[in-house]
Amino acid sequence: MNDFVNQFWNWYVILLTAISIIACSVVLWSQNITPVNSGNAATTGHVWDETLEEYNNPLPKWWMWLFHITVVFSLVYCVLYPTLGGLQGVLGWSSDGQYAKEVAKVDAETKPLYDKYLAMDLPALAADKEGVETGKRLYLTYCMQCHGADARGGKGFPNLADNDWQWGGEPAQIVETIANGRMGVMPAHAHLGAETIKDLANYVRSLSGLPADSLRIAKGQEAFNSVGCSGCHGSDAKGMHALGAPNLTDAIWLYGGSEGAIMETLTKGRNNQMPAWQEFLGDAKVHVLSAYVMSLGKGAESK
Amino acid sequence: MSETQSTYNYKVVRQFAVMTVIWGIVGMLVGVIIAAQLVWPDLNLGFLHFGRLRPLHTNAVIFAFGGSALFATSYYVVQRTCHTRIFSDGLAAFTFWGWQAVIVLAAITLPLGMTQGKEYAELEWPIDILIAVVWVSYAVVFFGTIAKRKVTHIYVANWFYGGFILAVALLHIVNSAAIPVSLTKSYSAYAGVQDAMVQWWYGHNAVGFFLTAGFLGMMYYFVPKQAGRPVYSYRLSVVHFWALIFTYMWAGPHHLHYTALPDWTQSVGMVFSLILLAPSWGGMINGVMTLSGAWHKLRDDPILKFLITSLSFYGMSTFEGPMMAIKTVNALSHYTDWTVGHVHSGALGWVAMISIGSMYYLLPRLYGKPEMFSVKLITVHFWVATIGVVLYIASMWIAGVMQGLMWRAVNADGTLTYSFVESVKASYPFWAIRFVGGVLFLSGMLIMAYNMVKTMAGGRTVDDALVLQPAAQHA
Repeated sequence: MNDFVNQFWNWYVILLTAISIIACSVVLWSQNITPVNSGNAATTGHVWDETLEEYNNPLPKWWMWLFHITVVFSLVYCVLYPTLGGLQGVLGWSSDGQYAKEVAKVDAETKPLYDKYLAMDLPALAADKEGVETGKRLYLTYCMQCHGADARGGKGFPNLADNDWQWGGEPAQIVETIANGRMGVMPAHAHLGAETIKDLANYVRSLSGLPADSLRIAKGQEAFNSVGCSGCHGSDAKGMHALGAPNLTDAIWLYGGSEGAIMETLTKGRNNQMPAWQEFLGDAKVHVLSAYVMSLGKGAESK
Repeated sequence: MSETQSTYNYKVVRQFAVMTVIWGIVGMLVGVIIAAQLVWPDLNLGFLHFGRLRPLHTNAVIFAFGGSALFATSYYVVQRTCHTRIFSDGLAAFTFWGWQAVIVLAAITLPLGMTQGKEYAELEWPIDILIAVVWVSYAVVFFGTIAKRKVTHIYVANWFYGGFILAVALLHIVNSAAIPVSLTKSYSAYAGVQDAMVQWWYGHNAVGFFLTAGFLGMMYYFVPKQAGRPVYSYRLSVVHFWALIFTYMWAGPHHLHYTALPDWTQSVGMVFSLILLAPSWGGMINGVMTLSGAWHKLRDDPILKFLITSLSFYGMSTFEGPMMAIKTVNALSHYTDWTVGHVHSGALGWVAMISIGSMYYLLPRLYGKPEMFSVKLITVHFWVATIGVVLYIASMWIAGVMQGLMWRAVNADGTLTYSFVESVKASYPFWAIRFVGGVLFLSGMLIMAYNMVKTMAGGRTVDDALVLQPAAQHA
């Protein structure tokens, strides 16, 4: 790999580096060939500030050799490893290469295990103790930053430990969500006006059995079916997995269930993204993670 | 020559010396606070949290404490070893008030979050310009004094001070180049990995020149003075001076191992960091061997204890540094508390201890006293500080190696054994020990402040120390 725009700078760097390393030893050698008036009796003859004088002891031998050894080591290193400009070094080492090699090694070691997991269907893997353990460890490395260490999510980040599925809880749907990611879009509805939006918010709250203004509930229900809400969320407001339109009747809130939070959702809309992981993690790890997420939902269902 | 030429300017030395102790206490107090914030996260109050206070700590100890110590000693040493009054009293006074203004501005802007985001170069562009002006004035005062010296030869301490002043001017001006968008906000003139490289060329040389070359200048005056012995080897000082200032300039890339920096640049940084071992040790050998034949003085002279112990820590951290610059070692140590421990074995063990020793030498002479108010308290300070440093660096070594090992541990299925937060949890006991070490070191500084005030009380400010005639030269 050559980082230089042209050969001039390449050779400029090569020569400057090599000469500078060698120069360290040359200076050291040149300073040591003329003998010094050794012995603690003889100072250089200069005196500063009444008492400051200097002996002129020779360079300590061990120190000099330590210096030379580091220079020799460096020159050998330059030959073996990429140090002099674009010259690769005879060992062919690179930091990219080292990384690729380490990844390949671990992948090869763990391949039999992941092949085994991949061969199991998702419900079986979700019931397999070891498989779920591996899934949990993968989760704690790659997923907990958004969904939390307990997988219960937070505002804007879905709770994975319940049995509510925005994009569907079937094995294929979970795999699809993790492998290729999801783009969740709630359009902005500011054009409806604050009053209608407030009516809608009250109606949506009533669907989950939350306290709401009864007059507004009726008006909200009417609006729900006339302004297009039911197109995505369904006339029963139970949502639609294919569009990622949440169920509005289950008292589970991605952005909060207060009147104000729902009005904000309606007025400004929401944009959300689950990143795609297949390219980074590969099929097997996506499979194991899907099983882990499934096991979390299963746990919730049985309660 | 006018009448004023016949005395040394001790006023500016005295001002910087007193501020060294005061800024030392302030800077280390902030250090103790942020150490406590790591142990007890509830102490992160409002905007005075770790992220805002940490740069305040580093700037205060490096530039306020260390900087004042360098100004004080360099002005003292250059006058006494050139046998002449300082080049310009007015400009010297400007460097004092200008530098204090920089420190006060830093103490205001950093907690408010005004930062360029470059480590050890956080201050925003108007303060950067003030620093540049003060620093160029400092160079004029220092080299002006060298130019009017009454002796032919320039004493070795002045080479180191001179090298430090020139290099820091170059480093500061190049790294701080930025495009302002408002009075309090600017963007670096460099982009991406080049910005990172310029930053660590600056960053490591801040260590190499500000925290090493400058303090070696201090060492070359105060160690032979306090020991009453000639410097061990003139030849060694020549070789290690040139090797040190040449090699340090190349070592910066070791801060960017295994990053987007090209492999060859990382390797160059690594090999020059290794070559740097011998030049660094040259200074330690010259200092410690100066005492050879007078080891007994170490027994009952606490100032000498400070000076020689600082050289031991200097030797230790300049061995540790090259080792940590080796890529495979760095892969373990980087981003862990090992780095923090390494920095503090240099900063507390070397920089602070040599400064403290030098101040104990200087203060009585600036206030017309034969010695400090209490020599016994210097001994107490020495032991409290030494135990503090040892606790600090030992806890950080253990925590650092532990973190490095935890981060790279993998299970049989290829997953990480520990999540990051588990390594945080495991670090708590060591952070508590580090906090205790910091408290001890800070206590030492408070003892010093008491001793200083008592020494100043009833003393007279020496402003009439006559410039000494150079000794007859027989070379």
